[in-house]
Amino acid sequence: MKSATLTTNHLPKQKQLKWGFWFLIIAILFGWAFAGVPFHGFQNSAAEISKSIMYGIFHPDWAYVYDGSGEDLVGLTLQTLAMAFLGTFISALLSVPFAFWAARKGSQRIHLRSTSGKVVLTLIRTFPEIVLAIMFIKAVGPGSFAGVLAVSVHSIGMLGKLFSESIENMDGGPGEALTSAGGNHAQTLTFATLPTVIPEFLSYTLYRFEIAVRSASILGMVGAGGIGTPLLFAIQTRSWSRVGIILLGIIVTVTLIDFVSGSIRKRLV
Amino acid sequence: MNEVPKRSFVQRIHLKLIIWLGLFIGLVYWTASLTGVNLVMFFENFDQFTALLDKMARPDWSYTQLVINPILQTVQMALIGTTIGTLIAIPFSVLAARNIVKNPFIRTIIRFILNLVRTLPDLMLAALFVAIVGIGPIAGVFTLAVFSFGMISKLFYEAIETIDEGPLEALQATGANRSQVVIFAVIPQVFNYFISYFLYTFEINVRASTVLGYLGAGGIGVYLQRSLNEFAYDKTAIIILAILVVVLIIDTISNTMRERLL
Amino acid sequence: MVAENFIEFKDVGKVYPNGTVGLSHINLTIPKGQFLVVVGLSGSGKSTLMRTLNRMHDISSGDIMIDGQSIINYKGKQLRNLRRKIGMIFQNFNLVKRSSVQRNVLSGRVGYYSTWRSALGLFSQADKQKTVEALRRVGLGEKLYTRADQLSGGQQQRVAVARAFMQDPKIVLADEPVASLDPLTTDSVMNDLKKLNDDFGITVIVNLHSLELARKYADRIVGLRGGELVYDKTIDQVTDTDLDNIYQSEGPEPESEAIVMHSATEGVI
Repeated sequence: MKSATLTTNHLPKQKQLKWGFWFLIIAILFGWAFAGVPFHGFQNSAAEISKSIMYGIFHPDWAYVYDGSGEDLVGLTLQTLAMAFLGTFISALLSVPFAFWAARKGSQRIHLRSTSGKVVLTLIRTFPEIVLAIMFIKAVGPGSFAGVLAVSVHSIGMLGKLFSESIENMDGGPGEALTSAGGNHAQTLTFATLPTVIPEFLSYTLYRFEIAVRSASILGMVGAGGIGTPLLFAIQTRSWSRVGIILLGIIVTVTLIDFVSGSIRKRLV
Repeated sequence: MNEVPKRSFVQRIHLKLIIWLGLFIGLVYWTASLTGVNLVMFFENFDQFTALLDKMARPDWSYTQLVINPILQTVQMALIGTTIGTLIAIPFSVLAARNIVKNPFIRTIIRFILNLVRTLPDLMLAALFVAIVGIGPIAGVFTLAVFSFGMISKLFYEAIETIDEGPLEALQATGANRSQVVIFAVIPQVFNYFISYFLYTFEINVRASTVLGYLGAGGIGVYLQRSLNEFAYDKTAIIILAILVVVLIIDTISNTMRERLL
Repeated sequence: MVAENFIEFKDVGKVYPNGTVGLSHINLTIPKGQFLVVVGLSGSGKSTLMRTLNRMHDISSGDIMIDGQSIINYKGKQLRNLRRKIGMIFQNFNLVKRSSVQRNVLSGRVGYYSTWRSALGLFSQADKQKTVEALRRVGLGEKLYTRADQLSGGQQQRVAVARAFMQDPKIVLADEPVASLDPLTTDSVMNDLKKLNDDFGITVIVNLHSLELARKYADRIVGLRGGELVYDKTIDQVTDTDLDNIYQSEGPEPESEAIVMHSATEGVI
């Protein structure tokens, strides 16, 4: 009886304390965050520019869509897609050895080979893509080739990680069956491991391609080709109907690619 | 007796596979020419790339002091941006969930808007918001708010759609109205998922926010752009290291919290 | 060749790295062409015992002889040649789900091919015909080009039997081959194994937990408990009480008694 009253009194208090503690932490965090981002009101022209942008989006510069120069919306969108496609393709090839490097076998939490591979993939993933693009521009000059290289290297970080996870989660049974039938390592790889993981690899690659289309469309802002260059130029020169048509172009392209790639992925796995 | 059953000619020579492979090789070739791939130049100029890496391999450690404040501002921007995005996302995700809003018309419109928002890359939003509100971290906050709004609404409405319908029915049976159902039957079921997705989006926003400053939207990106323009790659290296450290810390904290939540 | 002692376990012991005793002091001789069923609870060591024969597990002490030769120090090519003469059937079938039935069955043959010939799929016409024969034996001749994941569980296990048959095995090991199957397909798979034994004199070793099945198919029944051999009789000597002992001497099982009592009372009511 006594212990019962004790616990009923005790628990809510502890819970209250816990909630109070978290509330305090969150309040401090937000206080700190708002202190770091001072707000002095918007610039005077903010409303006017927003209006112009909306106007531009509803009155796009249709003449820019196609003028046969290759520097029009269609031409540069194709170039953007080409950057994303080629970059993702190269990246998928490069990611396979990284994935086998980083994949953990057995139950050890820390393993020299796989842990080092995981660290390298994290480094690649965190290295900003636009910095990579700028570095490649130094080597091969401005243009979409630099963009292709940036996409190829940056995507390894994510693809390598996803690939290595699908190797780790793979059903080991078929491999065991091959070994027990007298197969060597290479035969186990070609008959059991690869047929099991390749559809998943393809699906992840398509997924990464969807992301690459988005990033390729902004790489041009640092000079690495594609639709990003004229977009930034249009924003800086305040040609809002040009901005409008490019935005529409990107929205349509990304939506289409997501739809097509998504339906292929559904059929793959 | 034991002959191998015949396959048709098309199957035997793997016609489908060959066609797909041919198309694919053609596509690789076409995209390579479209993007001006030039392997000779790449390998000839590769020493410039390595020279750059070499400069970056000798970071200017004295610069560390200077990057602490901007990198913290990056985290602050991400926190505020994610929070604003989440607050806007909550009503939208409820309206987009199939099991809450039975009216397909509203749902389709909401989902259409969400899909549009999700197609916009982060740096493009940054460029637009810098033009609208001016250079500074506020532009970054707006960018991240819109960016996380698109991502979070989708995660949220998918979470809402997977909840157990039992409590909803039970509450409707007692005569509760729509918002009471949401408050008493939906939110308790999805609360932990919401927190987890918030943290996940926050992780992504911290990564994204580090480059927004490149276009003037505040945070460490401003310094990144400056160092790159000045060819001060020893400073760039410090900034990248700082980004790496902060991203790893945030990821670790967020991952531990998410593991505990779910 | 000494027909009587085709396989010999001599005082075999196995201790896992974590200290668990898998097998201790196993002495067992198996004549050529025997259909041996090993029974025991899960964790009794039956699976380990089976896998020491094709060296998927290594032993800690003792010796194993096959055909008068000690196999415990085999390495590389010698080990793979041993394994290709020993077919293995698994509880979970271990087929490559996304590959065709033909490719799965042919993969039993990889031990006879070099790495590059098998990787390029350059199997001889004779082996392709053998695939058809192997599939007809298990009643799946028309499924040659079907993808493995489109077959039912029982059919997949029969494909696995065909794969083992492709190896031209002298021994077939089957580790709980029917544990994931329904009673009807159970009989067809067990009959396939029995036919390998009858038609080709292949020595078959099967792990089972069903005593009923063991008595139906076995020439001889061996019982394991806690890694030790506790029972060994040919089928004509096996009695009902014997088999009860293998499981029940683990100590009284109050749970199963409770179930019996429960159903009894239900009957009364």
